[in-house]
Amino acid sequence: MVLGVLLVLFTVAATLFMTYDLKGSLDYALQLRGKKLAGMTLVGFSVGYSSVLFHTATHNRILTPSLMGFDSLYVLIQTLAAYFLGTAEFLQMDARLRFGFEVLAMVGFAALLYRWLLGRGTRDVYVLVLVGLILGTMFSSLTELVMRMIDPNEFSRLQDRLFANFSTVNQELLVVSAVTVVGVTVTSWPMLKQLDVVALGDEQATNLGVEHRKLVTRSLIVVAILVSVSTALVGPVAFLGLLVSNLAYQLTGTFRHRYTVPVAGLLGMVALVGGQFVLQEFLEFQTRLSIIISFAGGLYFIFLLYREARR
Amino acid sequence: MTESQAVERGGARVAPPLLLGLARTLNGQVLTTAAVILLAVVSFASLFIGVSDVTPLDVLRLDNSNHQTRVFIESRVPRLAAILLAGSALSVSGLIMQTLVRNRFVAPSTAGTMSSASLGLLVGTLWFGSASIFLKMSIAVAFAMAGTVLFLALVQWMRHMDIIVVPLAGIMFGGVIQAATTFFAFKYDLLQSLNAWLNGDFSGTLRGRYELLYIAGALTLVTYIFANRFMLVGMGREFAVNLGVHYERVLYGGLCLVSCVSAVVVVVVGVIPFMGLVVPNLVSMVMGDNLRRVLPATAIGGAFFLLFCDILSRTLRYPYEIPVGSIVGVGGGLLFLLLVLRSRSVGR
Repeated sequence: MVLGVLLVLFTVAATLFMTYDLKGSLDYALQLRGKKLAGMTLVGFSVGYSSVLFHTATHNRILTPSLMGFDSLYVLIQTLAAYFLGTAEFLQMDARLRFGFEVLAMVGFAALLYRWLLGRGTRDVYVLVLVGLILGTMFSSLTELVMRMIDPNEFSRLQDRLFANFSTVNQELLVVSAVTVVGVTVTSWPMLKQLDVVALGDEQATNLGVEHRKLVTRSLIVVAILVSVSTALVGPVAFLGLLVSNLAYQLTGTFRHRYTVPVAGLLGMVALVGGQFVLQEFLEFQTRLSIIISFAGGLYFIFLLYREARR
Repeated sequence: MTESQAVERGGARVAPPLLLGLARTLNGQVLTTAAVILLAVVSFASLFIGVSDVTPLDVLRLDNSNHQTRVFIESRVPRLAAILLAGSALSVSGLIMQTLVRNRFVAPSTAGTMSSASLGLLVGTLWFGSASIFLKMSIAVAFAMAGTVLFLALVQWMRHMDIIVVPLAGIMFGGVIQAATTFFAFKYDLLQSLNAWLNGDFSGTLRGRYELLYIAGALTLVTYIFANRFMLVGMGREFAVNLGVHYERVLYGGLCLVSCVSAVVVVVVGVIPFMGLVVPNLVSMVMGDNLRRVLPATAIGGAFFLLFCDILSRTLRYPYEIPVGSIVGVGGGLLFLLLVLRSRSVGR
């Protein structure tokens, strides 16, 4: 039911986004908007999907991959690649091949780092969030540092490639990203049922014959891949996952991943496409979508803390 | 969890056995003296690190027309002074804040003070662009003060908060304010200037452009005078009132001092993350909690830490410079991470 409504909403938003106030060359405009739309759809879906998986893997509902520094890590890996390969080689390399390597590195680092963090027996969510925030700040400071190590003249040539945002979706990667997202979704779909059991906790899950540790690692890998996709396409999107996933829990009222995951993904798509549409048609680009998301998301996070504290 | 437990858990200062042993054998004074000597040596060395080749001999010649001497007087000495002032002022204001709010993870950068100050700076630039830097700074101070008080109200409103949730809420609060700042900066095409403010940097410090920092230095001295009163307030309202301290007045006075210091640093240097957080914690690991005793050591430690990072920023990518904020972000972040993880693994 909720799924149906969201699908309709998304179709409406997408149609509006594609057709509203079309001027000039129809072909050109449609192609331009189509690419943007595809990018945002992929990002919205990845963010929603990965946030719900991450919540289950970490047994709480306020951590999201971006709060834990996943997307800053990806930006750091990108910058490091440019630094070690050299600017010229980096720019010449096939974008898709590069993306593949970066995703691999990301999966490796993220799995190691967060496996270690989550496996320390620290069940304390707040410590984890704080650690994640610090890691995020550290990764971006490190990125800044590496960027400065690159020759300033060379760096200006890199900047566009490295830092995408909503208005300049990285177009080289659209097809690869789409294939990746579909592939990951299809392969991880059967896992969702087992994740319902994982959500019960380590002991119960093991008692019920589900390998808790293995599944958590596998979900973290899925999360790492999806975050790489979304960050490569539009750059870091803090808080979108938090808003979307919590809304999905409230709308579906269930713990079953087969419902919450698609709903969260669709919500992400609707939020991004609808938000961008409203911004560019009615507010005339006076601001960026990411600014609004981080404003609303920060307030919502404080509200969540408040609710937890009152409990 | 009761409040006293929370305080106990957060207040438990844990140091590695080696450091503790060292601190016990050497008393505080010896340690402080050693630190002062070390700081003096490093400061002296820092005067001769940079793109222009300046040697002590050039300076001793005392020839004002000489290029080396001019670099020395116009750039190197002001830079050193700015670093020492900013480093000690930021660490001490972190220490005061931790004492007043009774949470050792609170500092100007985790309580929205810094973000509010940069919002104030932006507002000042937008609406009073032609006005003097002093007016802009006053606006930044007012915003920093308002932001800090708002944060304190938020903490009190949430009441039974875990010691670690307070900085978390503070960072989020700062993030919301920063989003608002970015909103206005984007709208009025000031995003680039904003990014320059947000990343602390000493490469533009010249004679005539850093002197406002002496205000921060003076305010830091004032905190020393009131140290005992701040400590009593840190023991809780009832305790403080019983001992005849005007609780509200001292609490808000202290926060006002901290806000002023942070705002001045943001206006002159830019945002430097983690300073007010890491340095006081490290110092009190070794020297304990007595504010009056710890305060000078914190000031020296902060100055030393920032100077060390700045020397790195000058030499890592010679002849270019890396903003010191990035280096402090990496080093300070690492230390903060260790502090947080350690507090929990031992505290439980």
